[in-house]
Amino acid sequence: MSDRGTTDGIRLSRRRFLQVLAAGAGVLMVGVRVADAADAPLPLGLLGNTFYDLGAYVRIDSEGNVLIGARDPDTGTGVATSLPRIIADELDADWKRVRVVPLGLGVADNNGQPRWIYGRQIGGEGGSIPAAWADLRQAGALARWLLLQAAAQRLGVPAERLRCDAGTVIAPDGRRLSYASLVEDASKIALPNNAPPLKSADRYQLIGKPAGDVDARGIVTGQTQYAIDQHYAEALVAVLVHCPWPDGMLTGIDTTAALAVKGVVKVVQLKPEPGQPWGHTVIAPAVAVLAEDTWSALQGRDKLKLTWKPGASGSESSSALEQQANALVSGATAPTTRVRDDGDVDTAGRKITRRLQATYFQPWLAHATAEPMNCLVRLDKDRATVVVPTQAPQKAWAVVQRLTGLGPAQIEISVPRVGGGYGRRLDHDYVAEAVMLAQAVDKPVRLLWSQEEDLDHDYYRSGCVHQLNVVIDHKRQLVVWNQRMASASALAHRGVPDNRLWTSEVDADQLPAALLPNYRSDWYGLNSAIPRGPARGMPHLSNAFVVESFIDEIAHYQKEDPLDTHLRLLGDPRLLPLSAGSMLDTGRLINVLKLVADRIQWKNWLHSVNGLGIACWHVNGAYVAHAIEVAMQGQKLTIQRVVCAVDVGRVINPMGLEGQVAGATLDALSTALNLAITFNAGQIQQRQSKDYPLASMAQLPDAVEVITVSNDDAPPTGASFLAMPTAAPALANAVFRVSAVRVRRLPLMKELLRLL
Amino acid sequence: MAPVQVQAVPVTPASTIVPEKMRDGIVLEINGEQYRHTGDPQMPLLWYLRDVLRLTGTKYGGAHGENGADLVLVNDRMVSAITVSMVKLSDQRVVTVEGLAANDGTLHPVQQAFIDEDAIGCGYCTPGWLIAAVDLLKRKPQPGDNDIDQLPNLCRCGCQTRVRRAIKRVAAAKVAHA
Repeated sequence: MSDRGTTDGIRLSRRRFLQVLAAGAGVLMVGVRVADAADAPLPLGLLGNTFYDLGAYVRIDSEGNVLIGARDPDTGTGVATSLPRIIADELDADWKRVRVVPLGLGVADNNGQPRWIYGRQIGGEGGSIPAAWADLRQAGALARWLLLQAAAQRLGVPAERLRCDAGTVIAPDGRRLSYASLVEDASKIALPNNAPPLKSADRYQLIGKPAGDVDARGIVTGQTQYAIDQHYAEALVAVLVHCPWPDGMLTGIDTTAALAVKGVVKVVQLKPEPGQPWGHTVIAPAVAVLAEDTWSALQGRDKLKLTWKPGASGSESSSALEQQANALVSGATAPTTRVRDDGDVDTAGRKITRRLQATYFQPWLAHATAEPMNCLVRLDKDRATVVVPTQAPQKAWAVVQRLTGLGPAQIEISVPRVGGGYGRRLDHDYVAEAVMLAQAVDKPVRLLWSQEEDLDHDYYRSGCVHQLNVVIDHKRQLVVWNQRMASASALAHRGVPDNRLWTSEVDADQLPAALLPNYRSDWYGLNSAIPRGPARGMPHLSNAFVVESFIDEIAHYQKEDPLDTHLRLLGDPRLLPLSAGSMLDTGRLINVLKLVADRIQWKNWLHSVNGLGIACWHVNGAYVAHAIEVAMQGQKLTIQRVVCAVDVGRVINPMGLEGQVAGATLDALSTALNLAITFNAGQIQQRQSKDYPLASMAQLPDAVEVITVSNDDAPPTGASFLAMPTAAPALANAVFRVSAVRVRRLPLMKELLRLL
Repeated sequence: MAPVQVQAVPVTPASTIVPEKMRDGIVLEINGEQYRHTGDPQMPLLWYLRDVLRLTGTKYGGAHGENGADLVLVNDRMVSAITVSMVKLSDQRVVTVEGLAANDGTLHPVQQAFIDEDAIGCGYCTPGWLIAAVDLLKRKPQPGDNDIDQLPNLCRCGCQTRVRRAIKRVAAAKVAHA
């Protein structure tokens, strides 16, 4: 045995390798590295920073400390806890000895092109856990295998007869060896030809057990540093004012008073780069004030005298767009895309007269992250160092690279814990701004948006209009479902082909697709210069509200219990193929629906003095249902009880899952109750956060009862937004029961008070 | 071994020492330590904490502290740090989230309850919730749901139900120990 001079690799897939690195005496490191077939295993010397270039990794030192790199940004979704626990379980590590390190962006230079050495690095899209399940476990398993081999040699016992528990190898005779004592030998063991087998589920120690957030102590003591908390002593603080119109221009500027403020260093104008897609460049023309500290910068900003001129968007209004949308969904124009067309919607049920139609409206929405957009940039001759709250560090990298022309590995992107994402931080306009400003002043720059800038210059969720038409036969069966939706795509102005613009707006497999013979879903695209982008829970959020409200309307029309209407529509438990290649398991959907119904005592729904509402949905192989009870006294609506059941397949961290489900439920309720973005003459009308009022503690329910289905036969799925889609329809359905007012327009409170 | 060189230190004659002038600036106590602010007296406390002292636990929460992430305690009362300027804080006592735990690292019961109830979403607004909860429990050791409803904080991650549990957990522990 000799100390390895190279990293050894085991191929997991075409581009994915397990690698082991003996990074000096007494340390064992194993990582999952995305590499090209030609360059693995790599000579040790070629790995620049060995610590990080190994990929998402586990590192055990001779004192028994376990360091696990967390590759996906944690925006509050808990992946910094759940992903390392997946690795730690496979390793049989002692969780108390595990420390989690956020990895930042992993990028290597591949002949001038970037190679993402950690693979996928996206937070908040619900994909972190499935991806980790597919590869990260392997790193833990290999490290454990190596430790077992080292123990077998030392104890003279075959590895098969040894077991591991909480950082210790245990022999049949009771002898125990700590991982710490085995690390040095383990790093010299020859690698197996194939990746060692993964644990069987009955031996999981951490997976399925509750765990608090790894950052919790740092957060409650104020020690955890977000990007907004980081600095360089010589960095200038930049605050800015954006043009009210994204396509407008600056027509007058007087900086005299701003520059006279003590501490103000420079005023810089920014413009979107022509031809760049949304989210890759400055969102609107802007004037930035750079100063030695935040207070000076803010005072300078307030003393700027600016005049702006609108562009083509200056004639847009959200109400005119809504009228256009209404005309499209009720007219005879062909849709932009026929998303799905099962059976024969035009002729089926022609002779049946039981028909129901409804039109729904949902408003534009903002992201309203807690931590405002910000970015710390330092540019040196051959290096860019960026600290940024992003959900997608690889996309941030692309913006920095384009603006600086630096080589792939000359750009360092670190991503501390992020103060909320909700899709806003999949765009990187603020990174472009910070880089441009750092270039303009030749100093590091700490860019800080105000909350007002966040609200007024967002990539919004488009408002949308749905029209639904159904035909119901004499046996109360839905024969035809015909749905038309009009919205402005979140994918427009982003280089996405026209025939894919619908994908951000509607899901081809959403309920009740696949459940009835004649189903059609049409999408009509609206044109707008108001920026749009990814938003939490979309496209499910807007569609579940409409579909699940309308099923409740159908129940009422048929004088039927809405739970029965749902159950009849879902039919027998069975697997139905979806267009995405996956399966809809109606049994799992029925299960979550029945669970919330039982918990809230649904059998009282007709006779309760309060209103009960129910809704269910499925998202990427996960299932969710809400049951909500509301009371009304005069015009005061109180949400008395909220029950949510989820089936995410195998649960990694039940405590984290409960938090995600309760949190997404409250977010969805807050959004549905009060929130709307409107614009007139191209200007956003919500100027301050009080105009876009997140629900206060008093408006929200006192508790969210979360029921987690333990479904160990199914692989884990993401849960960060799973509980969003069904909360609003369950609420609106409950409101209907208590008030007889059908809310087909959000936000709910405004519409309810209008109709009462 | 090289010889150690000792240099004689010149002694300043007492007659030449001039007493230091009274220093200007605003003296205040933050987390048990004395500080003297000599910059713009109109600077809001938030930027003094974050930019000058680099105590970044207190977060920016809007121009008027709308989401409560910038709450601190001034003389044990909850205040939005962006709305109070330094000139108002002369000889006042400020406690930020960094000052809640004991010097030996023992967490404040409210901090521990937030951990135990997992009352954390992204965590950005958590310091403000902690300050508001400490303030509430100081005024009302056994707060009812209506009292908890009055907390001014906002949170899009939806930590409110878990914050409620955490506050009740602290209140219940006080009863148990009474």
